[in-house]
Amino acid sequence: MAEKETPPMIKITDVVKKFGTFTALHGITADIAEGEFFSLLGPSGCGKTTLLRLLAGFEPPSAGMIYIDGKNMSGIAANARPTNMVFQSYAIFPHLNVEENVGYGLKTRKLPKAEIKAEVDKVLALVDMAGYGKRLAHELSGGQRQRVALARALVMRPKVILLDEPLSALDKKLRDQMQVELRALQRSIGITFILVTHDQEEALIMSDRIAVMFDGRIEQLDTPEGLYRRPVNKRVASFIGVMNFLPARVTSETDDTITLNIDALGQAIIPRDSVASEIVPSDIRSIGVRPEMLTILFDETERSELKVEAEVIDTQYYGDMTYYSVRLPGQDALVTISMRNTAGRSVAPPGSKVLVGWGVESIVLFRD
Amino acid sequence: MKYISAKWLSVYAITYMIFLYAPVILLPLFAFNASTIVAFPLTDFTTDWFVGLWYTETLHVALWNSAKVAVSTALLSTLLGAFAARASARFAFPGKTGIVGLIMLPLVLPEIIIAVALLIMLNQLGLPLSLLTVVAGHVLICTPFSIAVLSSAYRGLDRELEEASFDLGESRWGTFRRVTLPLVLPGIISSLLITFTISLDEFIIAFFLTGTDVTLPVYIWSQLRFPAKLPSVMALGTILLVVSIALLIIAEALRRRSAARQGIETTLAGT
Repeated sequence: MAEKETPPMIKITDVVKKFGTFTALHGITADIAEGEFFSLLGPSGCGKTTLLRLLAGFEPPSAGMIYIDGKNMSGIAANARPTNMVFQSYAIFPHLNVEENVGYGLKTRKLPKAEIKAEVDKVLALVDMAGYGKRLAHELSGGQRQRVALARALVMRPKVILLDEPLSALDKKLRDQMQVELRALQRSIGITFILVTHDQEEALIMSDRIAVMFDGRIEQLDTPEGLYRRPVNKRVASFIGVMNFLPARVTSETDDTITLNIDALGQAIIPRDSVASEIVPSDIRSIGVRPEMLTILFDETERSELKVEAEVIDTQYYGDMTYYSVRLPGQDALVTISMRNTAGRSVAPPGSKVLVGWGVESIVLFRD
Repeated sequence: MKYISAKWLSVYAITYMIFLYAPVILLPLFAFNASTIVAFPLTDFTTDWFVGLWYTETLHVALWNSAKVAVSTALLSTLLGAFAARASARFAFPGKTGIVGLIMLPLVLPEIIIAVALLIMLNQLGLPLSLLTVVAGHVLICTPFSIAVLSSAYRGLDRELEEASFDLGESRWGTFRRVTLPLVLPGIISSLLITFTISLDEFIIAFFLTGTDVTLPVYIWSQLRFPAKLPSVMALGTILLVVSIALLIIAEALRRRSAARQGIETTLAGT
């Protein structure tokens, strides 16, 4: 992330977008730093693609301002903005070959042919597509089309590259590989990337910061770790990663501590300074616990701060990890626990009674 | 369910083909037959009827009239078709289904009804009948065909392609020239050829709306009154048949080539 004193590459202030009577964006405000990998994450219909299209200049905002590289973008159309888009469908021109596709934008700049050719070759090599210049779009695989679409944007040397679900059409294995490659490429060239995705794992892996959006609003804007560890509300908590929810009430408060009574787990005394200021303790109705923060205790002698009896309902063995669905006493909803399969650790079969270990630090508090 | 055996299916297919094409084959058969009487058995082979066409002045006038009408019709109906196809493929607007339905209606309306209605209207307006009124009638029936051909061309044109061009710094006009036009051009040519062919062959509307200038089909009809002229009509029909088939094959080939370039698998029925 950029230093405080450098101005943001993109400044979005109170942006509203209405389509007829439907409001797609309710006052979005965010700053995005130069060289940042920024993701807009949310379920479909949350407004993330609309926001991306406003940044690209395909549509004007109904209200609010967008600044890119210090310049006010109102009234500036897509073809005059320092942004380039990688479309969800890739939008490779079907009547042009790879070279002509990648050189398309440079041709609008009236560059000499030789210069265009040199730039195109350079960027095709960068995305590992050297030698594919004469191919047509339908002769390419999904992954190759994705690279061409990226090359076509990169060759323009924009200030910002906008990516609209660029990996959603690829199969899982290729997607995992492209996530790493795209991230590495972005780091090496240092251009600001804005990624739209509905895949929280993809956003966590690739981004410097993520704006989680619901219903046309940014619910939380934070680093991947911040979102995972300190979700601001139950919605974000359940959207990012796997989260177990348990009903809980605050029973007493002192100046230094908050005492919670959590169903099935019991009492937990939490230091007040570990609770975020926007959380009102008396409003707490439930707490969250991540699967990896709970432990199945195989041995009476294993140490744990707190213990609770439970029954294993289902066991999913993944090789490196085992996921347990566990019923805590008096709870209808099952709790997920993930355990790393270290050497010598056994796997508890379904139906077995186990002890579940937990600690006060494993509890996540948020607004309901 | 029981399957019909392949043998019976091929018998059915062959019978169907004979039913469809036997009358058409009679046309060239008698065109090259030496006898003036159009009946079996065939007599000597001759190309006299074709040579005779070359010296028939009234035929040349009719052909020239038809050419003027068909070219004007093809251009006008393809232009109108392009606007309507783009609107229906790209935009949502209130009453769209109804409007598109009404535009496509002449496809199924009996031509004689259209012809009579147009004739009455022109009389009421006091407009004289001429080749222009024939063009107007032909545009009415050809535009739906043009829309049908161009709609599939526009639907194949992803909106993101035009946006991508714009995003890469191209202007609206440049985007049209470098992306939109090359992608819909095969559709436009295909539409021009099909509407040209329909107009060239059309009889009823031309018969009702033409004044003293006759088009080719009207000329042919007038020749049928003279039995001696029948073989030369057969010869003319043969030429028209070959030209029509050639034009339609070119139109379909163009459409397939553009589809193949875009990696879309299509059949004729798939349009």
